[in-house]
Amino acid sequence: MKLSKRIFAGLATASLAVTVTACGGSDTSGNFDDTVTVGILHSLSGTMAISESTLVDTEKMAIEEINAAGGVTVDGKSYKIEYIVEDGASDWPTFAEKSKKLIDQDGVPVVFGGWTSASRKAMLPVYESKDAFLYYPIQYEAQECSNNIFYTGATPNQQSEPATDFMYKRSPAAGGDFFLVGSDYVFPRTSNTITKAQVKQLGGKVVGEDYLPLGNTEVAPIISKIKVALPDGGIIINTLNGDQNVAFFKQIQDAGITPSNGYYVMNYSIAEEEISTIGPEFLEGHFGAWNYMMSIDTPASKKFAKSFKKRWGSDRVVADPQESAYNMVYLWKQAVEDAGTFDDNAVREALVGQTFDAPQGPVEVMPNHHLSQTVRIGEINSAGGFTILEETGVVEPQAWNQKHPSSKGYACDWTDPKKGEKYKM
Amino acid sequence: MQLLLESLFNGVAIGSVLLVAALGLAIVFGLMGVINLAHGELMMLGAYSTYITQLIFKQVSFLKPFYDSYVIVAIGIAFLVSGTVGILLERTVIRRLYGSPLETLLATWGVSLILQQFVRSVPLAYASGLVIALFFGLFSPLFISDDLLSGAKGKLIRASIWGFSALLGVATGGILSSLVSKLSRASARNVDVTAPSWMRGGIDFVGITFPKTRLLIILITLISVLVVIFFLDKTAWGIRIRAVTQNRPMSDCLGISTETVDIITFGIGSGLAGVAGVAVSLLGSVGPNVGGNYIVGCFMVVVLGGVGNLLGTILASFSIGIMTDLIGAGRLLTIWPDMPSPIYSTIDFFATTSMARVMIFALIVIFLQFRPTGMFPQKGRMVES
Repeated sequence: MKLSKRIFAGLATASLAVTVTACGGSDTSGNFDDTVTVGILHSLSGTMAISESTLVDTEKMAIEEINAAGGVTVDGKSYKIEYIVEDGASDWPTFAEKSKKLIDQDGVPVVFGGWTSASRKAMLPVYESKDAFLYYPIQYEAQECSNNIFYTGATPNQQSEPATDFMYKRSPAAGGDFFLVGSDYVFPRTSNTITKAQVKQLGGKVVGEDYLPLGNTEVAPIISKIKVALPDGGIIINTLNGDQNVAFFKQIQDAGITPSNGYYVMNYSIAEEEISTIGPEFLEGHFGAWNYMMSIDTPASKKFAKSFKKRWGSDRVVADPQESAYNMVYLWKQAVEDAGTFDDNAVREALVGQTFDAPQGPVEVMPNHHLSQTVRIGEINSAGGFTILEETGVVEPQAWNQKHPSSKGYACDWTDPKKGEKYKM
Repeated sequence: MQLLLESLFNGVAIGSVLLVAALGLAIVFGLMGVINLAHGELMMLGAYSTYITQLIFKQVSFLKPFYDSYVIVAIGIAFLVSGTVGILLERTVIRRLYGSPLETLLATWGVSLILQQFVRSVPLAYASGLVIALFFGLFSPLFISDDLLSGAKGKLIRASIWGFSALLGVATGGILSSLVSKLSRASARNVDVTAPSWMRGGIDFVGITFPKTRLLIILITLISVLVVIFFLDKTAWGIRIRAVTQNRPMSDCLGISTETVDIITFGIGSGLAGVAGVAVSLLGSVGPNVGGNYIVGCFMVVVLGGVGNLLGTILASFSIGIMTDLIGAGRLLTIWPDMPSPIYSTIDFFATTSMARVMIFALIVIFLQFRPTGMFPQKGRMVES
């Protein structure tokens, strides 16, 4: 048999069938006096690409919006924003390397980037040693406060703490016992330490916790443990990562761990994007806590969702991380205009105190380089969105968590040189 | 009693996922001695086939009434898809590397990366078209008499077969992408297979909930194992495969086409990986990395069971499954709540998913110290060496 010939012909077929699409660059219209190039650094390949590419889309959209409105005005001169997108490749050392490249070689005044805490921890020394500035848009475990990073996502007291409070006091499972499930890495473990301290303060009981190693999707042992620990229903706090949620929700539903049987799951990592991936039929009746939810019924929120769909396709959704990414581009622009220069140090000073009418409502940059934001608790509905149940007022961020034993009593303030990264209150 | 039953069911459920995933590898690695690191990616192709089948059943009007049975169709399709890709892999890469395991290991690892990136960057509609073109191009010559395939006329016929297959592939790609918009764009995003409604939920029996998807996976595993055993023991090709495994040169002398045996063995092993992909897609999400999560478990099962021994593979996967449940879910603590506190705290320490894995790996390492060739070592001469 002359199989090799068939294979060559097969390869020819392959090249026929595969179509290659080219990417378009940004347009070059409008009247600007000059241009400024910023850096965008997220994973465009590897496991995190799914999530991080949505941030790149949002940041590009924010930049295009700013350019369409006349760009950044510094010293009476209008600047068009251009961007260099680098791929962190879901590999933490790559994030550090690409950061060096953006700062040294491209000389960008600011980098918008990162998603996982691991990538941020890898980039942090680069920005501190070069005294450059990173804008980081994801809700995270806090316990960090760098002078060279600006965090626009929620800290635990802006997400998990109000959520735990809601679950224990006002959810359908109020007063019930807690079971904590998470992926086995820093965010879930830190977040759960805080939750455990808080549940104890509230007078509740944590009856079990378990962590799934990253990449593992076998949740049968966890289900057995939940059933032993919570025989008649209760509260499950879920900090699983990405795909592991799919396995978790598919399998707990089959095992009868559902809202109708008295089990309610509060999620910290499931936004609209994830709901559509997991399928609302698995999540209906469970809860989520975020600063921004697509179902917020304000003109600013609707406009944000509408322009994103218009720019990237009607089937796309916006979620909390994207909103944070959107906010940070605008806040940077405002700070630059106030400082009257692109210089890092001046922008950093001008940044604190900036307010912005964000899609989630008003936000303000606090002296600890985090944002004060609104917290919302929502119930996941069959349409794949959140039905917003509760809305707090504006909550101030705590870079050092007041319930975590290691950071109780500490705070961060970069406006006062005597206080800095971590001072005792 | 109830606890015992529940633990046993959980163990069998976890074990059957391992077993169905490792079954193909047990054939490829066990019988052919090929370390195929792309085995996980062949599973991934099976999982994606399930997803595509599901979308087609949802979109095409004359298939809609049969939506509930799409999983069963998907099993067949996944077998063919992964089998076809597996055969292509065997013909192009592995055949040239027989007898050099390290090179095979590296090459198949490379293939696994290529396949992962392939599903990320090629729209699924065209990927399906490509597989269909390959399928017809590779298999249709088998149904044409040899007379027609020889000589100058044969070359023309072969070329036209490939031309026809290519057209068919392009057409399939075009039709699929216009029919199902989700398949027309490349996406690295994980996708989701939703089980039909009759497979969701569980059956309550003697106070225990038996999830239906788990029962179906156990059934798929059982059928796959029985079919493989029947095939290897009773059919002519099965006997040839075992003959080649035992003594390749002698089989060759006796007129067995060893090359064809290699193709069939590898094809079936790969096809089984596809079937495993269907099972896995019912449990979690489907993404480019789904196979990588299972590959280590597969090798662990095959090595523990004893390379080349199907019974060993079966026993190994079920014992790992039962151990995972016993240790990971802290069953001993429930059975014997007032055990002495040092033992209690030790067991409690290992009663988390992460630590249970550590414990199981440690136990396997210890076991292999005493029986380096696994539970059921190969007896007699391994002439392949």
